[in-house]
Amino acid sequence: MGVIYILWLREVKKYLRSRVQIVASLGGPLMYLGVLGFGLGAVFQRAGEGNYIQFMAPGVIGMTVLFTAMFSGIAMLWDRQFGFLKETLVAPVPRLAIMVGRTLGGATVAVLQGTLIFVVTLIAGFRPQSLLAVPLAFLVIALIAVIFSALATAIGSSIKEMQGFQMVMNFLVMPLFFLSGAIYPLEGLPRALAALTRVDPLTYGVDGVRGLLTGRTHFGVALDVAVLLGVGVLFVLFGAWRFSKIEA
Amino acid sequence: MSDRPIIRVQHIVKSFGSVTAVDDVSFDVRAGEIFAFLGPNGAGKTTTIKMLTTLLRPTSGTLELDGLDPTTHQTDVRKRFGVVFQDPSLDGELTAWENMDIHGVLYHVPRQARRERSETLLTMFELWDRRDDMVKTFSGGMKRRLEIARGLLHTPKVLFLDEPTLGLDPQSRNQMWTHVQRLNKTEGVTVFLTTHYMDEADRVAGRIAVIDHGRIVATGSSGELKEQTKTDSLEAAFLALTGTTIRDESATAVDGVRAFAKVWGRR
Repeated sequence: MGVIYILWLREVKKYLRSRVQIVASLGGPLMYLGVLGFGLGAVFQRAGEGNYIQFMAPGVIGMTVLFTAMFSGIAMLWDRQFGFLKETLVAPVPRLAIMVGRTLGGATVAVLQGTLIFVVTLIAGFRPQSLLAVPLAFLVIALIAVIFSALATAIGSSIKEMQGFQMVMNFLVMPLFFLSGAIYPLEGLPRALAALTRVDPLTYGVDGVRGLLTGRTHFGVALDVAVLLGVGVLFVLFGAWRFSKIEA
Repeated sequence: MSDRPIIRVQHIVKSFGSVTAVDDVSFDVRAGEIFAFLGPNGAGKTTTIKMLTTLLRPTSGTLELDGLDPTTHQTDVRKRFGVVFQDPSLDGELTAWENMDIHGVLYHVPRQARRERSETLLTMFELWDRRDDMVKTFSGGMKRRLEIARGLLHTPKVLFLDEPTLGLDPQSRNQMWTHVQRLNKTEGVTVFLTTHYMDEADRVAGRIAVIDHGRIVATGSSGELKEQTKTDSLEAAFLALTGTTIRDESATAVDGVRAFAKVWGRR
């Protein structure tokens, strides 16, 4: 437990000390909220879909958690290339403990960043349907964070070059975000697109958070949570397996 | 120093696809000695260290560290050595104390012992006053000293130093080797080092093995190597044993990321 804790603490400390990173990472979500939220708000309202800020706030929170969690994979590449990973790999501790510590650290940072964006959405006009639902929504947010932090660990364990991670961002992370229904409703989509949204784990995360915070859900919160738990277990196992295969 | 070998390498081979990096290498390191493992770039030094430190598995041959096989007793072997890698392995975003603390937890050093030992080592390596500073603000020499202090935190029996003075100024190099020699004497730590600075090996090592093209080409004391090659310096002996052709190492992924880091101003 000590090993998991110290590696978790390392990630959190580094995040809290990196004020520039915190401020910089607000840029994307703020742009989505400001430009899309207010820009498309009138169209969304006229289409009978209600308040767009109310609709997309959970999506922007989900996006923030996805991006922050996936960036923990880049942090692992830094550690791999600049040596700190070696320090952990030659230590007399199970690799699983190292992987869990890192993954939980990355997930915690993603939740902290998601909390920050949640506050920003409140300032922008988002109103949860009930205060009691907020802690439950954060449990779903934590699940999203663990899923993608574990995926980032698996990817960070498998690739050695920074350029490889750029590919991951372009061909995996961006599609995960755009297919998740974060910025558009899942109802009435073309069949192919609907099928793709259903294989994206973030879809269930965004739907779960939206369901809990606004009452609007496509699959139902119970199914969302069940899918997230299943995918979470799979991704953590996958991440642990890939991490166990690292050779320095 | 005893005659008991603490490291025993017998007929080790390590191949990466069709490339054989280490080819039938055998040598012993005695407990308590300072042993230099010298060779040109790409000769197989780091690969050998990686096998001894459980980071790579040999293709064939046997390894022993303190009587244990690193391929089958990884955890027990890892408790017995400290290592300073060729590339820095500190976390620049943490303080010196935090780097020490993480190492102590990873090696199961109890909290009180961790604090006392960290204080002793940071004082010994003249870093105590900077313990709460971010490592990224340290000079190259300070980082190297911190890495050695960290590697000794769990009182290892063997300390591996893979080109620890690379890029350091003569003052830092001199100070570092003074510390290493003192540790070897006071704590009886066996030191296994690689370096390209022959004067350093000549000064600190009791015995030397020279590796070239993955094979051991000579073993002995500095005096024995000079005698064997009929030269008057270790550098001349080294050149006589390994030739004067410049060895090229292919650029690795690390080089690519280093270039990226420079562009983005990290480390």
